[in-house]
Amino acid sequence: MVSGGEVKLFGMWASPAVRRVEWALKLKGIKYEYVEEDISNKSGALVQYNPINKQVPVLLHNGKPIVESLVILEYIDEVWKHHPILPKDPYERAMARFWAAYSEDKVALMCRDAVRRVFFAEGGERAKAIECLEETLRALDGELEGKEFFGGENIGFSDLVLGWMAFWLGVSEEVASFEVLDPKKFPWFTSWIDNFLQVPAIKENLPPRDKTVAFFHGYRRLHLAAPNC
Amino acid sequence: MATAAKGVVLLDFWVSPFGQRCRIALAEKGVEYEYKEENLWDKSPLLLKANPVHKKIPVLIHEGNPICESLLIVQYIDEVWSNNPLLPSDPYERAQARFWADFVDKKVSECWTRLWKVKGEAQEEARKDMIEDLKLLEGELGDKQYFGGETFGFVDVAFVPLSAWFYTFETCGNFSVEKECPKLVAWAKRCMERESVSKSLHDPHKVYEYVCQLKKKLGVD
Repeated sequence: MVSGGEVKLFGMWASPAVRRVEWALKLKGIKYEYVEEDISNKSGALVQYNPINKQVPVLLHNGKPIVESLVILEYIDEVWKHHPILPKDPYERAMARFWAAYSEDKVALMCRDAVRRVFFAEGGERAKAIECLEETLRALDGELEGKEFFGGENIGFSDLVLGWMAFWLGVSEEVASFEVLDPKKFPWFTSWIDNFLQVPAIKENLPPRDKTVAFFHGYRRLHLAAPNC
Repeated sequence: MATAAKGVVLLDFWVSPFGQRCRIALAEKGVEYEYKEENLWDKSPLLLKANPVHKKIPVLIHEGNPICESLLIVQYIDEVWSNNPLLPSDPYERAQARFWADFVDKKVSECWTRLWKVKGEAQEEARKDMIEDLKLLEGELGDKQYFGGETFGFVDVAFVPLSAWFYTFETCGNFSVEKECPKLVAWAKRCMERESVSKSLHDPHKVYEYVCQLKKKLGVD
């Protein structure tokens, strides 16, 4: 275990954004204290440390808060330099960040929102939403061609950021009854899922599947009942 | 001091605040580059090849390698040309800078895309959100010269191109940036004293004219 001051992580067990921070901490062997937040009843601490978004994850390092999972990952990589997550070469770093942004971009509505749209789509909307999602999977599949991980031979920044798809996409498929993870259509991406989930720091740090499926069933029901919430 | 850089090309669109971020960063570092204006309604084969995933500008091509997404381009520029650093050296301060640059994109840019396209209650909501987000940015600026403190930095580069859009935001949203966020207006004026900024940004009335034409073209009104 590596120390380097007091590290605390405010999280929520089902949140993919929180897990990606935990994966980074585990990969680097950083000792930290985990604080589970009740999202329906946010603690004073969470609101104090993340007044703008009031969201998890929040990393507290020696009492100073860092928020937004991608910002936290870069911070962790800069403070604890062993077992680097980002490559050294500026161009490769830009590419790693590009694919991370591809996962999260809210304005362009990339992967995370593509899955969200299928997850909540009903009736006629569903086919179109699935088409959009498959387009993103095609891009990811293309990027992975010939590689075990987005980071090459070892997992890196893009793998950690896109890693939610290796677990939560399968959960979404089950909860919302759709199927996109076809090895014939996306051979590299589906292989990557297997590779990623075998990495010890990842394998030993996933939420319990049944509990996650149940949680997202509830989440979906809630949203479909009151879509403007 | 101009640095003779091997093959730096910027694919861009004149009024794009995202492209302007890159122009400002390159100018701050004194990097010579070739500027290529793209017609967004008839994208060049070079752009489509350089950014096959999003097909958007800006794209920086350096020694044949394309880099996409404006904030990633600015970070790349900062890492390759280490003079006049835009990001601070302390990891915590870098995290703060990344957070606020991301805030500009996630919140302000997002509000803007709502503000000019919708009407009625939805527009009122977009206006409220926009003012709230600008006030949060003003709070972060505080009494500093720049978001970067004494020196012009990453968040300044990320946000200042949108200052040329304040007039457009105000007119479309029916509010006054000066009234709501006087410190931001003062900051924008300070930034315009830098050649890198004044040479990259366009007159706010020209920006507004462009948006009006775009609205007509897209049948929004």
